[in-house]
Amino acid sequence: MTTYLIFILTIAGIYAMLSLGLVTIWGQGGMVNLGLVGFFSLGAYTSALLTAHGVPIVGGWVAGAIFSGLVGAALTYTTRKMRGDYLAIVSLGFAEVIRLIAMNETWLTHGSDGISGIKAPYKLALGNAFDGFYLILVWAVVAITAWMISRLLRAPFGRALRAMRDDEQVAAVAGKPVLQFKLKSFFIGASVTGLAGAMYAHLTSYIAPDSFVPLLTIYIFLAATLGGYTRIKGALVGAVVVVALLELSRYFAAFIPGLNAVQIASVREMSISLTLIIVMQMWPDGLFAPKNEKSECHADNTAGNINETRPAPRTHHI
Amino acid sequence: MILDLMQHLLNGLMLGSILALPALGLTLIFSVLGFVNFSIAAQMTAGAYAGWLVNSHFKWPLVPCIMVAFFVAGAIGVAGDRLALKPMRKKVNANTPLMVAIVSIALNLALENGYRFLFGNELNSYDLPLVRDFHFLGLGIGPQQAQNLLIALVMAGVLAAFFSLTRLGKAMRAVADNADLARLKGINPDSLSNIATFIGMGLAGVGGALLAVDTSADPSTGARLLLLIFASSVVGGLSSLSGAIMGALFIGVASEMSMFFISPVYKSAIAFVAIVLVLLVKPTGLFSGLSGAKR
Repeated sequence: MTTYLIFILTIAGIYAMLSLGLVTIWGQGGMVNLGLVGFFSLGAYTSALLTAHGVPIVGGWVAGAIFSGLVGAALTYTTRKMRGDYLAIVSLGFAEVIRLIAMNETWLTHGSDGISGIKAPYKLALGNAFDGFYLILVWAVVAITAWMISRLLRAPFGRALRAMRDDEQVAAVAGKPVLQFKLKSFFIGASVTGLAGAMYAHLTSYIAPDSFVPLLTIYIFLAATLGGYTRIKGALVGAVVVVALLELSRYFAAFIPGLNAVQIASVREMSISLTLIIVMQMWPDGLFAPKNEKSECHADNTAGNINETRPAPRTHHI
Repeated sequence: MILDLMQHLLNGLMLGSILALPALGLTLIFSVLGFVNFSIAAQMTAGAYAGWLVNSHFKWPLVPCIMVAFFVAGAIGVAGDRLALKPMRKKVNANTPLMVAIVSIALNLALENGYRFLFGNELNSYDLPLVRDFHFLGLGIGPQQAQNLLIALVMAGVLAAFFSLTRLGKAMRAVADNADLARLKGINPDSLSNIATFIGMGLAGVGGALLAVDTSADPSTGARLLLLIFASSVVGGLSSLSGAIMGALFIGVASEMSMFFISPVYKSAIAFVAIVLVLLVKPTGLFSGLSGAKR
């Protein structure tokens, strides 16, 4: 039971990292990253392959993070002239391409057999204490990342980022290099996602294309939304709640009589997707509402909006 | 060699004709409602199952099955839109279209798992007579695929007539071009959204049924083609209906032709590359501006 609890809490830490990445890209940067699971597996594979060839684990983690970040920045750069939806589609496509590569480039990734025997830090020396050590290690990385990101977001960089998220045109008119901010925030978010992947690979010491279900993207969107998708604090709390929900649904599904394994799995996945829909409809601000940084005169400028029944006017890119 | 090339071109056009219907649906919904509806994959699967159910239980021939697929997918699409997406659309801010897109992904997963719950993971084939390929100038053509192509063409034709001849169709094009202007002329975009969703998702359902005739009806029938469909719409410019058809044919041919260079397993990766390349060269899509007021 303790082993199970420690494992679940470690996974919660990895989900917290992923939510931090999403808060940076989506909550603060206003860009949607539907390829989250792609960056996650990119980080995992990069670190697993490098450490298998003698690179120290820290080197693998850093490389996984930077590589994911660079790919993220490249995707943002590609879609720079288009409306936000395109980034969503491109990042979704990216995740699919990563999955295809992981499945089919057997010389590199061993295909569906996956990579096993990924080194775990100090596993031999620590013996039974390893699980607890890794739990602390993961949460320490989460804490450092959260602290660094919150520093960054409180700095002028973060303010400019939010200005850009709320109105790109105004930010550009105010002289902010919009593209540069977007690239940086996607880089940071994607590298955090990649680092989470690297930590995951060295936790389970086995990765395969099946380890990275597209559903993970939904889990993390749920985690970020539950907590309040603009808030660091929200990302951490949301991740823990989602992991708890996932584990509870495992027990809950076992109580429904007469279901086969496929049906139990589908009930779990369905309940998570439905929870996301309900949460987004009922509490779009999550547990921690976004801080209102607008001045008084802008506070109610949506009240007289003639577009009440339509989505917000399409943003025109400059 | 030339014959090989022609054969791939032909296969690509047939694949493109299946892609064209969901791509049209996606484009229509995007034009009228202003967001990308990712649940289109689940509606394709709905159409695939609906057609398969009446085909395997009542032994109906293909065309009635296709009609059933259209109505079932359209109805599920409207229900999903009203229950899951409409409440989201009402919260107006700069983030709304993206929020709605995320909810549509969740809706897609919920529906997909609903089908998995009901029908399991099995592959279900349509019960249609097997016919031998016929050969024409050395090219092999499957009668089933030829029939699919024909059905897709007829649907596209009916749709074109609907958009150019009927008041409702014209109103939809007006909203797609400029919602505020349309409202000034007394068109209520909100009342059109249900019809646009019904037609769009119905088209996806037909696409799904045709795909299932070729392969099988299973929970991931639609999801397999999602990327190719998005690529078709994006290449077509996301808001041009004729562009969507051109985009679908382009993507169909491109992904078949890619087999000359790379392994067929990367078919949907080609869609990704096509999206990126096209957007780099022409950010509004290759065929944007083909329809609408500007013409």
